[in-house]
Order: sequence, then C-alpha cells, then structure tokens
Amino acid sequence: MAGDTATNAGTTSSARRWVPALPTLSVVALLLVGLVLVYTLGGKSPQLVTQAIVTGTLLGGVYALVSIGLTLIFGVLGIVNFAQGTLLTLAMYVTYVLVSDVGLNVYLATLITIPALFVVGYAVQATMLNRLMRHGETEGQLLVTLGLSLLIINLLLLGFGGLEKTIEPPLDGNIRLFGAVAPVSRVVAFAGAILLAVLLSALLQRTRLGLTIRSVAANAQGAQLVGVDTRRVFAVTFGLGTATVGAAGGLVLPFLALTPSTGEQFTILAFVIVVLGGLGSVRGAIVGGLIVGLVQTASGLYLPGTGALLLVFAVFVLVLFLRPQGLFGSAP
Amino acid sequence: MTGLLKSPAARQVAILVVGALVLAWLPFVLPEARQAVAVRTLIFAIMAVSWNIMSGYGGLFSFGHAAFFGIGAYADAYLLVTHGISPWIAMLVGGALAAAFGGLTAFAALRYRLAGAYFALATFAFAQMLLLLVSNLGVLKKTKGYNIPIEADESWAKLQFAEDSHNYYWIPLGLLTFALLVNIVLVHSRTGQFVMAIRDDETAAEALGVPVMRYRLIAVAISAALMAVAGVYYAQYYLYVNPDNAFGGTVSVQAIVPAVIGGIGTIWGPVIGAAVIGPLSEITASILRDPPPGLGFLEDKSGLDVATYALLLILIVLFLPRGVFGSLRARWSR
Repeated sequence: MAGDTATNAGTTSSARRWVPALPTLSVVALLLVGLVLVYTLGGKSPQLVTQAIVTGTLLGGVYALVSIGLTLIFGVLGIVNFAQGTLLTLAMYVTYVLVSDVGLNVYLATLITIPALFVVGYAVQATMLNRLMRHGETEGQLLVTLGLSLLIINLLLLGFGGLEKTIEPPLDGNIRLFGAVAPVSRVVAFAGAILLAVLLSALLQRTRLGLTIRSVAANAQGAQLVGVDTRRVFAVTFGLGTATVGAAGGLVLPFLALTPSTGEQFTILAFVIVVLGGLGSVRGAIVGGLIVGLVQTASGLYLPGTGALLLVFAVFVLVLFLRPQGLFGSAP
Repeated sequence: MTGLLKSPAARQVAILVVGALVLAWLPFVLPEARQAVAVRTLIFAIMAVSWNIMSGYGGLFSFGHAAFFGIGAYADAYLLVTHGISPWIAMLVGGALAAAFGGLTAFAALRYRLAGAYFALATFAFAQMLLLLVSNLGVLKKTKGYNIPIEADESWAKLQFAEDSHNYYWIPLGLLTFALLVNIVLVHSRTGQFVMAIRDDETAAEALGVPVMRYRLIAVAISAALMAVAGVYYAQYYLYVNPDNAFGGTVSVQAIVPAVIGGIGTIWGPVIGAAVIGPLSEITASILRDPPPGLGFLEDKSGLDVATYALLLILIVLFLPRGVFGSLRARWSR
C-alpha cells in the first residue's frame, strides 16, 4: 500500500506499511455509509441519487486526471505549482488547434499534446524553477508558477480571444449505467484517468527512471552524491507531471467549454485532491478525485448553487489541519 | 542633516510626509482622464503595503488577502445600502471584522503547525470559502452583489463628490499615508522587532521568551485591517461590489504582485511596485488601440497588461528576488 507513495518508497518500514490502511478504510467506509444514508433516508428518488453518484464518479475522474500530474510536481518535487489548471487549459488549446485546424481526431491529437506538454514542463523547470529548488524557496516557486499561470491565460486571451471554443465530439451520445445516463466522452476520460494512473505507477515503480525519480525525491543531495544529475531529473519529473496534464486536456476537451480561464478552477481542486490523497501518491490522486467528485455532486442534491464546493473546501481545511500527510501518505 | 533626522524612523516619517505632499499635487498636473489610474494605483499600494506587513515582515505567506479586502468591501456595501451607515464607520467595522477573521484563521493554521506552502494554501482556501459563502447568502445578495446608490449631493460622510473631484484621489492618498505610517511605527516598535525576529528565526525567538503566536497574530490583524480599509474604499470608488471583485483570487494576486516587484519586507517597495503595476493596463491599452508596426495582430485584443505584469513577476522573482527597491537599497548601502 505504502509502496505506492513515491516520496517514501526508500524509507518505508514494513511496520508502517499498514498504517495508511486505517484512515483510508475509514474514509471509504464513511463515504459508503453516507451514500447509503442518502439512498435510504435522503428523501430523494433513488434514480436521482444513482445519477448523482454516476455523475460524481465521472467528475471525480476528471479531477483525478488533473491531479495525477500535480501529485508528481507537488508531491515528489515539492513545488507548489499554481499553473496546474492553466497548463490544462494550454493542453486543451493545443489539442483544439490540432483538431480544428489540422483536422485530427481529438484522441489522436491528444497523443501529440502529451509530448508537447512534456516539453513545456521540462523547459519551465529547466529554465525557471531549477533556480528555486533550495530549501525555503517555496514562495518563489509559488510566485513563478502564479506568474506563469497569468502569462499563459493572457497569452491565450491575446491569441484566441475570450469566446468559447468547442469541437464536434467524436463519440457523441450516452450510455446507460445502472439506470443513469453517462456521456460516452466522460466515460472515456474516466477510463483514461485509470489508464494514466496505472502507466504512471508502473513508470515510477518498475523502471530505472522511476527509481531515479524516487531516489531524488527521497534525498536529492544523496542522489547527487552518487552521480545523479538532479536538475535533469527535476526537469523530467516536472515534464512528466505536465505530460499527464496534456493527456487530461485532450480527454476533457470534448465535454468542457474552452476559454482561457477554463482550467483555473481545477488548480485549487487539484491541490485539495493531492493533499487529501497524500503527496506523491498516484493512487491517492485517483481516490481523492473520486471523493471530491462524489462529495460535490452528492451534497449538490441538497445544497443549492455552489454550496457543495464550500463543503469541499471545508473538508480540505480539515485535512490540512488534522492529517496534512493525506490519506495515502505516511507521516512526515 | 540635522540631528532630528538621525533616527531611521524619523527619516522615514520625513520622507513619507514630503512624498505625500508632493503626490498631493499630482491631480493639478495630471490630465483629468488619468485620475482613475492614479486612484487605482493608490488602492493597489494600500493592498500591497498591507500584504507586506503579514507576509514580508511577518513571514507568513498569505495567498488569501482577498478575504480581508472582501470583508471590508462587503461591510461597506451592507452597512451603507441596508442601514445608511457612513463608509468611515465601515472602515472601522470592516477593519475589526477582518482583523478578527485573520487572527482566528491564522491562529487555527499556526496552531496546527501549517507552514510554507500549506499555510499559503490554507489562506487561499479560507478566501475561497468566504467567496462561496457570500455567493450563497441571501442576506448579502448572493452573486448579484451591491450597487451603491449615487447621492444627489456631495457628502464627506458618504464619500461622494462631483465626478471629477480631486477628493477621490486625496482620500486614498491619505489612507495610504496612514498605512505607511502604521508600517513605519510598527517596524521601529518593540512589537515590530519581535515580529521580524520571529520571521528570521522562530526557534531562537521562542527560546528568548518572545510569545511567538501573539506577535504573529498582531501582524496578521494589522495587515488584515489595512486590507479591509482598501476594500471599503474600493467599494466606494467603483460603487459596485460582488463576490468576485471582492473575494476573488485576482484580488489576492493584486496585493502580492506589487509588493514582490517593489521589494518584500521593505517600507517603500510595495508603493514602488504599485506605481509600476497600476498604470500598466493603461499603457498597454493605448498600445493595443494603436499598435506599433509588426504588432498589428494585437489590435483590440485584451490580456496584454496582465501578460506583461506576469512576465515582470517571473523575471523579478528569478533575477531580483529582493525586488526593485530592495535591490537598489542593497546597492546603495554597499
């Protein structure tokens, strides 16, 4: 279980291996009890609740997509990347151009967006953030990524204007799941999130590159002493983080209205999810995404307007205060 | 110089008084259409000075100063529109509420030992929660917000004057002067010395018997109250308040950026930063209206102002981490 946590991979003792299980199980149990209560005592028609759960799960998939990259960047590198959501917007515009101007299929275009975003991330880390990797430079990182976010949004605004862009969804229509309606493109995005998580976990756990990343995360100085080029590893890691955002951008383009500020809202939610799931934990990002998606739609049954989001932030603050290492993270 | 100006505090107050008097002449030389830019710059400056007290001198990085600004703006709109209470009172009420909110949230965050990125994220979350709360509260008109009614007569009590009145400029100039005075007095007081000692080395300060939590909360409360004052004046000047322009993330950014560009933890840095940022959108707008050759494709597009200041922010953080003023000062004293 804890082996999934990249940051602590080298140091996890076997005794600690089972510690994260308890809070995780209790949260999942709490969520299930909550959903059962909504069904039985909620006073809403079962069909409505099922629909909310399906919608929430699929929304959770979208959140997970954006958060998987941040768990690498914030969790492994420790960089407060405030441009995460905006990089999603950038990925969506790259895919949009490939679809509308080149005429590619959106999922095919995504395969080009992924390496493009890798290059962007690599360049950002290599030229800017590598200057700010010493201890105590969190504020500098936050400010640079904030500047980057504003820069990207406004360059997109200059280039494309503020009007909404849409593409013809290649997979139109819905499928029925337990009597609820699920748009095909959202189901594909959900499957993409799972696939991405599996691939990234495999990369971190089973390849030489993954081992290097984990060693740098555990002890950058030590890794440097044994000959690892840490600056390059930082850049590759950040690039991987943005490459997953590239995948996310292509997968959500068919169903999210695209403007230069589309992705912004995801930045803070991604932080909520990464902190909730535990820094550096890919699995945590998926579970965290699902929890936030479900809490938001389920409470949306009762709370009007954006009240559900308020609940999500309340959960976030509680997690920050009480369990800052997250559900899947081990104690620092 | 005379002996009177030997102490740094006296010198800074002297610079402040002279600077304020010089700036007070600005409306007489500035074209009338430019007064709005000057007022916006002054509001930015008050916001940045406020942020700088908590985050520059106090070392607690706030990414949610919009919370305090919004509390001020809404205190003003609510009290004035619903009860006809003067904005001057709103400054006191909003300031007190913001100080209380800041103190409470900072206490909770520090009590649970949040630091660095986590502290910043918590402040951001608190500001977002207020935004969402206000957006859903019928008492505060939800997302519709408040239009502050225009008075028939000029009124100092309601802060309303003829449209081109210089008072609209002099009042925020006075408020900025007040904020800077608070800043100067604080920095040279025992309290301020403790605040900075805690920023520089928390453990050492604690070991010497400085009540760390108390002095941190004092810095937060002063900062929050000044930010609320900026919010009140913003509401009065633009006569419109809604959740986004009061509590939105942009507001927090507008408080941070001038301070970072000018120089964190310096008295004059935030003001200099605001003087750079404030007129920027006006300058870029005039470029876009009549673009120079080669940039014709930018005509009638928006976004150049923020893109420019975003680039400036990145460059300053990377290459002049002490900010414009901070770096210049380091050069002088060498």
